[in-house]
Amino acid sequence: MDGLIDLLPQLWVAAWETLYIVGLTLLLGGFGGLLVGLGLYLTRAGSILSNRAVFGVLNVLVNTIRPIPFIIFLAAVQPLTRAVVGTGIGNNAMIFTIALAAMFAMARIVEQNLLTVTPGVIEAARSVGAGPVRIIFTVLLPEALGPLILGYTFIFVALVDMSAVAGYVGGGGLGAFALLYGWRQFDPVVTWAAVLLIVIFVQVVQFLGNRLARKALRR
Amino acid sequence: MTVSTPLVELRNVSKVYPATVKGAPDVTAIDDVSISIDAGDVYGIIGYSGAGKSTLVRLVNVLERSTAGQILIDGRDVAQLPERELRPVRLGIGMIFQQFNLLNSRTVARNVAYPLEVAGREKAERTKRVAEMLDFVGLADKAGAYPDQLSGGQKQRVGIARALASSPALLLADEATSALDPETTHEVLELLKRVNREFGVTIIVITHEMDVIQTLATKVAVMDQGRIIERGDVFDVFSNPQQAASARFVSTVVKGLPSKPELEVLRARHTGRIVTLAFRSDTVDQTQVFGELSRDGIAFQVVYGGINEIQGRPFGHLTLALTGDDTTIDAALDRVRALTTVTEVR
Repeated sequence: MDGLIDLLPQLWVAAWETLYIVGLTLLLGGFGGLLVGLGLYLTRAGSILSNRAVFGVLNVLVNTIRPIPFIIFLAAVQPLTRAVVGTGIGNNAMIFTIALAAMFAMARIVEQNLLTVTPGVIEAARSVGAGPVRIIFTVLLPEALGPLILGYTFIFVALVDMSAVAGYVGGGGLGAFALLYGWRQFDPVVTWAAVLLIVIFVQVVQFLGNRLARKALRR
Repeated sequence: MTVSTPLVELRNVSKVYPATVKGAPDVTAIDDVSISIDAGDVYGIIGYSGAGKSTLVRLVNVLERSTAGQILIDGRDVAQLPERELRPVRLGIGMIFQQFNLLNSRTVARNVAYPLEVAGREKAERTKRVAEMLDFVGLADKAGAYPDQLSGGQKQRVGIARALASSPALLLADEATSALDPETTHEVLELLKRVNREFGVTIIVITHEMDVIQTLATKVAVMDQGRIIERGDVFDVFSNPQQAASARFVSTVVKGLPSKPELEVLRARHTGRIVTLAFRSDTVDQTQVFGELSRDGIAFQVVYGGINEIQGRPFGHLTLALTGDDTTIDAALDRVRALTTVTEVR
């Protein structure tokens, strides 16, 4: 317990780093996922911009990247990370890698949520002369907003999970904190403290996500 | 009579879907259909599911592309227009759907405003028009409600308000009452009648329910396997259908002709000859017909029948059992044949 009290300053820094990594990756990966997910939805057969070639490429890409375990993905894309971020280690490299992985995971969730929008509603919008861009912003996204919020809440938890692996490649955050001061120093109290903070983060975000989704769905 | 351009004209239109499985034949959904609809008409298109009605109506606003033929809206061929040029055309054609297809994320008022937003109308104009339309469909008090708080009939009335917001000259109704109960169906049909009468909107009604045609339409086309097999004034098709499929539709709402089993029952019950006479108020004089039969002392009894009314004009069938001398009956029937259609069941 004394060990934990001595480590409190580091714990707060780690908690802040986790929020920073998760927040940025949610923003970047979430946006990327929205674009790829929209791409998948719009280009599939029978959709408003159906295009077999584009759909095929996106689909294979998502199916290839999504199942790779994150820690292996992290190592595999390191050359790309170095090229883009300039370094393969540290928080920024982590953010790039997590955002990339999250983008493909989120793409599938976005696609599935958009598929819940009744085709008839899109047809109704087309029947009054709405074009694809207008349909995306006035029909697809608003109609799927509730499930989309829940999807982003879901991916938040996955991001916390991925960010914990950051510790292995020189990134910070609660994962690194738990590994460094808890696991390696044989101090389970320190590990549990990190776990507790993570549980609190997830609970708060899930609560907010549920509330927002309920508001969007008006239920 | 003045010769004017029909509002909608389909010339030899076909729609063929390529086979989904390799080696299978292509699917012809619409097979060489020509149809002409004048401004002010309420044109019913009836057929069983799979007959191609829904596809046909979607060719009119080019939600689906025809594979052959011309589609003239107000004299202009829209069949091959690029998507971007179709948008103003579609603003002039309202559409309502079986499942209403309202935007659940928008209030009733914002649903009705949607076509006006697409058309780029000013906010003040949109607000005014939405209020007018909600007033017209009797839902002014529901402006702030969401679609999931409405009943089916109310949803369809919102659908109608939305379809008419941009003041289209043409309204496409795709099975608009098929998801509604009979009473609500009646309300919606009355509303559509008002749309036609008060705004002069031409309506194309797609349905598999003959009573919708009976209540609403002035002209009807019967579709079967992608083709139009019969068309004409509703009264003519109802009182004297030419095709077997048309007769089947007519028989769902028009009672008066005995079915085969019913005929057998009549046959067994009555000893005399069984004949069915057709009556149309404008061409057949009932007094004259019955006068001819009773003149020579033939005894007759009405054993089956019904008189219906379409657009204020009655028509119907009466089945009689005749008893008396055979040659006398034959002579009388010959005289009756000059007056109306006689079918004898032997």
